[in-house]
Amino acid sequence: MFLINCPYCGERDQQEFKAGGEAHIERPKQPTELSDDEWAEYLFMRKNIKGIQFERWNHAHGCRKWFNMVRDTSNDEIKAIYKMGEKPPSQ
Amino acid sequence: MRNKYSVFSLIKNAFSYHENWQRAWKDPAPKKEYDAVIIGGGGHGLATAYYLAKKHNMNNIAVVEKGWIGGGNTGRNTTIIRSNYLWDASAGLYDHALKIWEGLSQELNYNVMFSQRGVMNLAHNLQDVRDLKRRTHANRLNGIDAVYLSTEEVKKFCPIINTSPDIRYPVLGGTLQRRAGTARHDAVAWGYARGADAMGVDIIQNCEVKGIKRNGDSVEGIETTKGFIKTKKVGVVAAGHSSVIANMAGLRLPLESKPLQALVSEPVKPVIDTVVMSNAVHAYVSQSDKGELVIGAGTDDYVSYTQKGSHQIVEGTLNAILELYPIFSRMRMLRQWGGIVDICPDASPILSKTSIKGLYFNCGWGTGGFKATPGSGDLFAHTIANDEPHKLNAAFNLNRFVSGDLVDEHGAAAVAH
Repeated sequence: MFLINCPYCGERDQQEFKAGGEAHIERPKQPTELSDDEWAEYLFMRKNIKGIQFERWNHAHGCRKWFNMVRDTSNDEIKAIYKMGEKPPSQ
Repeated sequence: MRNKYSVFSLIKNAFSYHENWQRAWKDPAPKKEYDAVIIGGGGHGLATAYYLAKKHNMNNIAVVEKGWIGGGNTGRNTTIIRSNYLWDASAGLYDHALKIWEGLSQELNYNVMFSQRGVMNLAHNLQDVRDLKRRTHANRLNGIDAVYLSTEEVKKFCPIINTSPDIRYPVLGGTLQRRAGTARHDAVAWGYARGADAMGVDIIQNCEVKGIKRNGDSVEGIETTKGFIKTKKVGVVAAGHSSVIANMAGLRLPLESKPLQALVSEPVKPVIDTVVMSNAVHAYVSQSDKGELVIGAGTDDYVSYTQKGSHQIVEGTLNAILELYPIFSRMRMLRQWGGIVDICPDASPILSKTSIKGLYFNCGWGTGGFKATPGSGDLFAHTIANDEPHKLNAAFNLNRFVSGDLVDEHGAAAVAH
């Protein structure tokens, strides 16, 4: 890593960014109807993949905007970066 | 027959220039079938195997390790041992381990160099003071030794700390657990391996697990790089790689694996005879018997399996170290490394059965698993042998993430995450 290409500001030092965990976890549409198991799945369970992982990042010390990243967690190589709301690139 | 280590064996072997010592453990090929297999040959996994054989008479068991034993987080931590956790469940768990540490070298006939030099936790703001005082009271109610120290008492206990009120985060006080301390991390893995091996446990190194075979809802065996091993019970003690193994079995865990860094300096004469931890500025330091300063840094905030970590984490820790210990300003750092820690949302571990019969997980120790090694092995062995948790690890089940009965130890975990 070390350099992250913010989709709004361009290439910046990794130190300016904050990781926001696994991406594309959808907030439950009907929270009142969720079982305890479904809540646990939404709140706590994570893929924690060794390999290609989709995740959220925030340019915390820059434009403060959120975006998505595809990264190989086995070697920290960044594969793709795309904006919130955009479709994730196919691997 | 395993020869006992003693002063006499040392003298005897000196006559043959120490070239004829008996191997501490064998290097067997895996059998076709075992009563139980432990995945992960770190301290926790080897301790589990040791107690399965010793206390539960399960001798037809194996430990499979993808690298060499003790080469993961067991060889990468800062060797701190303490039990000053806040909640009753944690106090029971960690103090159980501390009590085993106190007799471990004798029990294993292996010097794990357990040194009860005390662990001091510093307070740098009013909230720290309140939290640490509360934790001191909670510890004493649970029978764990803890005292609260004023700034002057901190200075007296560890004179090299800068207690000036003019620094950015002045030392307002601290807690001290005198029974706490350090141990030699490698010796713990080697001692348990030697002890388990002597009771017939197969320790199989360079054997990576590639899959878990299930028959419906129960375990049938594991696929490894050295072939299929049939077994009805699998205990997973894979630290940072727990999720990888869980995915093989189709399970999801509430874990995130992140790099945690540490570093050591060049060796110097004795200068700090205790362990000092500071949660707020994130610096902790002790001195090894070789004389190196052992410094623990923080975790990165992203998932990674690289055993590296970011530069700014080390830089931040060293900034804090220098402000607290100006005496170290010209020390040179010798080595830096990272280990992959599996962090639970409540900063407490999981020692639990799963929805799959015969599959058990011991994971989620996050940034502080070393201290629990003997207790973790003992309780996990009990859980595997009886298919029921011991009362000391009953609270640390996987179901707590469904029931909401979490054991929040973020305050006592000492590494912010």
